[in-house]
Amino acid sequence: MNYPHTCCLPIPTDPAVQLKLHQDLPSGCSFQTPVTLQEIMFKNYYTAFLTIRVRQHTSTHTPAKWVTCLRDYCLMPDPHSEEGAQEYVSLFKHQMLCDMAQVLELRLILRQPSPLWLSFTVEELQIFQQGPKSPSMTFPKWLSHPVPCEQPTPLLEGLPDPSRVSSEVQQMWALTEMIRASHTSTRIGRFDVDGCYDLNLLSYT
Amino acid sequence: MTLTVLRSTRQGSWEKRILKSLNSMCTELSIPLARKRPVGEQKELLNKWNEMGTDEPDLSLFRPVYAPKDFLEVLINLRNPNYESGDSLSFRTHLGLIQVPLKVKDIPELKEFFVELGLTTGQLGIDDSTQVPPELFENEHVRIGQKVLTEQDSAAAQQYIRQGSPTALRAELWALILNISSHPEDILYYEQLKTNVIQHDLLVDSLIYKDVKLTASNDDYYFVFEDYLYQVLLCFSRDTSVLSHFAYNSASPPKSYIRGKLGLEEYAVFYPPNGVIPFHGFSMYVAPLCFLYHEPSKLYQIFREMYVRFFFRLHSISSHPSGIVSLCLLFETLLQTYLPQLFYHLREIGAQPLRISFKWMVRAFSGYLATDQLLLLWDRILGYNSLEILAVLAAAVFAFRAVNLMEVTSLAAAEAVLADLSTLKVMPLLQIFLFATVT
Repeated sequence: MNYPHTCCLPIPTDPAVQLKLHQDLPSGCSFQTPVTLQEIMFKNYYTAFLTIRVRQHTSTHTPAKWVTCLRDYCLMPDPHSEEGAQEYVSLFKHQMLCDMAQVLELRLILRQPSPLWLSFTVEELQIFQQGPKSPSMTFPKWLSHPVPCEQPTPLLEGLPDPSRVSSEVQQMWALTEMIRASHTSTRIGRFDVDGCYDLNLLSYT
Repeated sequence: MTLTVLRSTRQGSWEKRILKSLNSMCTELSIPLARKRPVGEQKELLNKWNEMGTDEPDLSLFRPVYAPKDFLEVLINLRNPNYESGDSLSFRTHLGLIQVPLKVKDIPELKEFFVELGLTTGQLGIDDSTQVPPELFENEHVRIGQKVLTEQDSAAAQQYIRQGSPTALRAELWALILNISSHPEDILYYEQLKTNVIQHDLLVDSLIYKDVKLTASNDDYYFVFEDYLYQVLLCFSRDTSVLSHFAYNSASPPKSYIRGKLGLEEYAVFYPPNGVIPFHGFSMYVAPLCFLYHEPSKLYQIFREMYVRFFFRLHSISSHPSGIVSLCLLFETLLQTYLPQLFYHLREIGAQPLRISFKWMVRAFSGYLATDQLLLLWDRILGYNSLEILAVLAAAVFAFRAVNLMEVTSLAAAEAVLADLSTLKVMPLLQIFLFATVT
């Protein structure tokens, strides 16, 4: 059974374009200005194979042609059984056969060869275009050029040797870290409320 | 992933039935779901903690919340609204009881999955029998097992145990695979659970008592462990850490409110604290473990881990390959495909095979096989991290008794042929069914 669903619906170019697909209405979408598609997300409903075709904008005046960017992508390994029938699916531009730039129209072709299912479609379709590149960050100079070590101040009389103190403090710190690390994450789970667990009946909600 | 149809419709209404059953028991018997024990009663229970089996409370008015056959009726009625189940027979008509078209493995796929059970690989349960000289397989296998334990390699242990575990090493190997080690905090945790049992009396305690008295206490192999079973199961009901398994279980734990605070969310609690309502036969999940572990907190930890990894799948509805629905479908498909005459004959006489084998699978064969055979079977559940072997064994049992079954003319007679599995040797049956049957 081959139901090519095709048509063009004009919609604004939002970063995420959501469509509701009906079985008896053809499905697909078109964009007012050419977009670069990043990702297509949907929830499957018993579709076995998916083909996606796009029509891209060309700079010359030649009419744009339909190009297949995904051919017979398998959503259900066994079309007769439930596996994969209700999965959430994400398709990225690197999985496509063609470049997803300058897309004017998108067409989804759903196939379900098994006669066992009453209907099949895709739901919660979301299409994402490529977002703007993140701005480059410049790091403050002192991060990439650390200052050279300072001269140690001369020892004051009567005070213990700082290097010995620091090594003892380090040992103590290591001990506390050890104790903290061996602290068990097992919770003594409480099931009562302030010591009270008097219950009459179960709740149905 | 659990399919919407299974999650929303049937599991929901099945759970509601269980809640109603428990609530009506409360109102009929005028017993609260939970209450704090008076101090005198707490002292008394603490004194007889190690011999709770000697108690003979009046349990005649209590009835199990449900039995496996009630659950089977729910599974039989599972339907996918998008599924074309017309009256006319088609190539995919399910002639068994399960009508959900889940993907199950066929014998070629099972042979690949259970490759270590093949004819050319040594097995405990076959190649350690008295006629086989131990130099051929058993000695070396034991030596490897000891090495695995010395290295404390959990993954190696799981691979090793696919060929069975030597009796002397089994307790340690299972603990290694399940990642159970007895730290002081684990013993402390168990003691805390014991304190919870002493302090609060739950209605499910009576259900547990009743179940143990009806099943394990009547079993020749397990009645000696009766006291252990109470010590494990009563604590299990209070263990809130079990609630975390509901993240991957399609079921949801029952809820209640502190008396007088109905509807106030800050007084909402789970009941029982671990969210699991025991059914008839539940104690049989624990009983075989008593042969391996004698220290209560260790026995408890092992059982809890076995439950949250495997056993919960046997009594909740999901589309998981090890879930009970898939196991039932796997069993029926294997029988229908490889023993079509037997399957057809049993159907014709009104003895759908699943009606007989369901109780075996729900209990993971506990109480049906001899204990040494059961432990060899559970070795493989751990080794393959899958319960599918239960369905394969069920089909293998039918194949083994096929000749007798072809001659029966009623469900009762078929049940009688399959009533006693205590003489069966599990590993030869599995091996023959998977690897030596001409298909």
